[in-house]
Parts: sequence; C-alpha cells; structure tokens
Amino acid sequence: MSVQEIIIPPAREITTEPRRSDKVFRGVVTTGGLSSLVLLGLIALFLGYRGFEVLRQEGIGFITHSDWSISTDDAGNVMDSHFGLAAMLVGTILASLIAVVIALPVSVFCALFLNFYAPGWLKKIMVTIIDMMAAFPSILFGIWGFLVLMPSVEYWAKLLHKYLGFIPIFKMQVPVFTRSPFVAGVVLAIMIIPIITSVSREIFSQAPLDRIQAAYALGATRWAMIKAVVIPHGRSGVIGGAMLGLGRAMGETVAVFTVLNIVFQINWQMLLGAGGNVASLIILKFGDASPYEIKALMAAGLILFLLTLVVNGLANFIVKTTGKSGR
Amino acid sequence: MMTSHENEKEKMDTTVKPSSLADVAQSKSIKTPGTRAMGTGLETRGVHAWFGKHHALSNISLDFAAGTVTALIGPSGCGKSTFIRTINRMHEFIPGAAMAGEVLLDGKDVYAPGTDVTKIRLQIGMVFQKPNPFPSMTIGENVLSGLKLAQLKVENKDELLEESLERAGLWSEVKDRLSAHGGSLSGGQQQRLCIARALAVRPQVLLMDEPCSALDPGSTLRIEETIRHLSDTMTIIIVTHNMQQAARVSDYTAFFLSDGGPGQMIEVAPTSEIFSRPQDQRTENYVTGRFG
Repeated sequence: MSVQEIIIPPAREITTEPRRSDKVFRGVVTTGGLSSLVLLGLIALFLGYRGFEVLRQEGIGFITHSDWSISTDDAGNVMDSHFGLAAMLVGTILASLIAVVIALPVSVFCALFLNFYAPGWLKKIMVTIIDMMAAFPSILFGIWGFLVLMPSVEYWAKLLHKYLGFIPIFKMQVPVFTRSPFVAGVVLAIMIIPIITSVSREIFSQAPLDRIQAAYALGATRWAMIKAVVIPHGRSGVIGGAMLGLGRAMGETVAVFTVLNIVFQINWQMLLGAGGNVASLIILKFGDASPYEIKALMAAGLILFLLTLVVNGLANFIVKTTGKSGR
Repeated sequence: MMTSHENEKEKMDTTVKPSSLADVAQSKSIKTPGTRAMGTGLETRGVHAWFGKHHALSNISLDFAAGTVTALIGPSGCGKSTFIRTINRMHEFIPGAAMAGEVLLDGKDVYAPGTDVTKIRLQIGMVFQKPNPFPSMTIGENVLSGLKLAQLKVENKDELLEESLERAGLWSEVKDRLSAHGGSLSGGQQQRLCIARALAVRPQVLLMDEPCSALDPGSTLRIEETIRHLSDTMTIIIVTHNMQQAARVSDYTAFFLSDGGPGQMIEVAPTSEIFSRPQDQRTENYVTGRFG
C-alpha cells in the first residue's frame, strides 16, 4: 500500500434540530427551572431595595454592632436610630449549630436503624411518622418546647454547666437557664431530625448491593459492613441533608421566638438565657414597626438570606474538597 | 504472508475454541486432589432452598473434595447461584429465603445453631459476577479489607498483600501503584483484585459465581490460569455459563436443571466424562448445545 498524504479536513459543526414537541417541552421545563431562580433573585432584590437606606446609614455596623433602637417625635419623624444585628447573627449561628450537632448523629443512627436493623413493619410505620414530622407546624414544636421541653432541658443545662462549666461555651455568669440558645437548639434539633433522617435513609438505601454482599462475604459483621460500604457511600448525601437541616434551623422563626429571649448583646454562652435569631427579631418587631424600622428589618432579612447562602456554599466546598467519595 | 498479529490470533483461537469439549477436558493433567489443600473438603446433604413460597432448589447432595475445582453448569434459573449462596450463607440475606438440609465444612454443619456466620464466610470466600472492589479504598486497602472487616490481626501485612496479589496473578501489574484507587483498574484487573481480596483472609473454599461473565476473553484466560494455580491449595466451586470454561478449569462438573419446578442436580462426574460420556440424555443435550 502506498503512503498517501492525508488531508485533515476541518471539523464539521454538528447540529441537531429538535422536533417541535421537544422544543415545547424544553420550554416548559426551562421556565420551571428558571422561575425558582428568578423568584429568589427578586426576593433578594426586593430586600436589598427596601433595606438599602438603612444599610447605607449603618454601614458595616449593621452586622458588627448589637443594638436596636429607634426614637421618633410625635409626628412620626425619626429622631435617632441604631440598628445592629451582631447579637442576632451570633444567636442564629449558635442555635443552628447546636441543632445540627444534636440532630446529625441522632438522624444518622435512625436512618441506619431503619435501613439495616428495623423489621419491615416497624420501618413502614416509622418512615410514615418521620415524614409526617417534617411537615409538622413549627409553632407546635415551639409550644411543646416551651411547655414540656424547657423544664427538663433546664436540668440537663445545669448538669452541663456544673461538670463542663470550665469550657467557655458552657460557662455562665448569671444562672438563668431558661429561654437559652441551648433550649432553642434542642427544639430546632427535633425539628430538623426528620429532614436529615429522610435524606440519610434515602442515600443509605442506595448503597450498592454488590459491595454490601462483598463485605459480608469477607466475614464482615453488619456494623463493619456499614462502616466500610454504607457510610462512605452516603457521606456526601448525609452532609447535604445536614445542610438542608441547618438551612431550616437558621431560617426558623416561630419556634425560636417561643423559646428564646431576644437580648441585644452578643452571647456565646449557650446555656445563658439571652440571645436571638434574625428571623425571630423580624417577627418580634414587624407588628409595630415604623416605616423606617421596617426598612431595617428588610435589611436584616437580606443579611439572613446572604448568611444562609454563605453557609451553604461553604458546606458544599467542604464536601467537595474533603471528598474521598465512596461511589 | 501472515503478520505476527495474525499468528497470535490463531494461537488464541486454538486455546479458546477447541474442536471438542471432551478433548479439552481430557487434555488437562490428572491431579490428585487434596495434596496441599486445607481442610478435608465440603459436603452438601439434601440441600433445598426457598424464596418465600417459591421452591428454588431441591435435594442437592454434592461432595467437594479438598483441592478440587468443581464447575456448576446449567441454563439460567436452574438454581446454581442459589446453591453456592447456601454454602457460605449468603442466601439468608434475601428476605423470605429459607433452606433445608446440611452443608458440612470439615464435617461441621455451617447452619448449626450457635455458629458464627462471619467465621463461616472467612473459611468460605466468594467472588461475584461483577467485579466489586470498594471504591473508597486503594488497591492495597482493598486487598486487606477483609482483615479490617472481620477484625483479624496479621503479623506482616505487606507480605500478605504481596502474596495475595501474587496468587491472584495481579502483583506484577499493580505493585507500583498500590495506593491508586481500585476503580482505576480495568474490569479484568478489578476481578483479580476481588480474588486477591478474598484470598487475603485465607479461606479454604472459594466460591466463584460466574466470575468471568463480565470480562473480555483475555481477562477470562488470566482468571482461569489463576483458578488452576489456586486449586493446588484450596477447594474451588465455580458457577459458569461457559461450557468451554468448565471444560478448561474444572476437575468435576455438576449439571443443574429446572423443569419448571425447583432446580435439581441431574448429574455429577469428572469433567471429562460429563463432556464425553454423559449418563443422562438431558446433560448430553445441554453440553452439545442442543438447548440452554
């Protein structure tokens, strides 16, 4: 065979012309997909627009200072105002973190129990109840937390203070144990356990059967198999579920409002009855706020919105960079 | 003129497609079973298996002498896989699964009450149809994963790692990248990795459930070589749909068949006889390719 010079042609443009039905469907799906993004953007815009004046006036102090005062003259004109969210932001983060720290292990164990240990009938009942819990009105969690949980949590809080008081977050100067971030965190934990459990259960149940069998065939006990196959497989999904829970905990309004004192002072001592949460601040002030104060509340909403975005972004980043994925 | 490539291909053809299965089966050197193998072998006595109300397997009694390779052949749905799963008690993971009869390892019933099932599975290893290395572990970790899973202690892990990979015929290919992930290997290498993983806990019996059905012919040949080597020291039971494979690797062959009811064992004999002088008409029909 003689050697021929091969002329390499330019790459052709590959096009596809979708059918009309496909185009219509694509349009419908795209609209659905984009509408959530557009709505979210519009809300952020609205909050930014309404809160702009306050944000400009307070500057960075809006998130670094802790006071909330407004005085008006008889005609309703603003004489003087100070708005600062620092205590509320700290309270939001503290209560949410407490919630996730409590809820995550409980949920993961619950999900493992449901998938690998519970008999079929019990699993069915529990899954139904847990899914119902996720849709339970949060005010009921709040009232239950206030009336039932608070007295017993107080006892546990005292124990924590007595034996772990040397750790800064468990320390407190004034023995006020009720309505603390700890109580709020426990109520939030109970609220987010169903979400994290559902997500974890779903991802655990997708652990590949062939690897589960491989582990058993190597003489693994059930727990050894779960450690080697199910947890590596579900790790990122569980973290995703925890993020969903954290998001709900950070945005929770009514339940936190019921069980937490709102005090404009930064408080990292989780057992002390002082703190706050951006969302419950809004509900507290919204009813009798002057038009200018409402702008401040809008700005607070925007900050909460951004905080949620940042926390979720951070969590995503952590999941991606520490990945030794089991899939 | 033939190129060297074509030559090679022809050589392959003679190994892969012999003129007669009986010739292949007889061409193997006759080996005396049990020379170096651990244990005294495995027996099943009247094994039945059910999935719920479905009777899947009926009255299987088979002896597996130590150090032999036994192939289980038969059309799909005849209960071969179910049968080997009753041997290492993987059967019981399926909800509603039940069994009757006895599986005796060194004379002891593996289903006896109070038996530690994890110990049974350490003595009776298994290789699956689809290669299933643990993707979150490196090649080295995969091989030694059985030690961790069963909480075994070993003096010299590196030695065991090399020995297991060597016996599985994979050492030379992966010795420089033991810390790479198991998923980075080809399908055939992954399957040999799974064999190495099963060998690392030193089982005396190895069950292989169609170990080559997802692999290319080259990888299949490598694994068959591995099986021949391993049979010096252990008892192997292999389920296969490939009759060539049964003829090439096994000392004994058992033919399973289901006539619509539960799967039954029709015939068991030295492999050369199954392929040259089967006793049962149905066996002959199957091995000559008239059905199945």
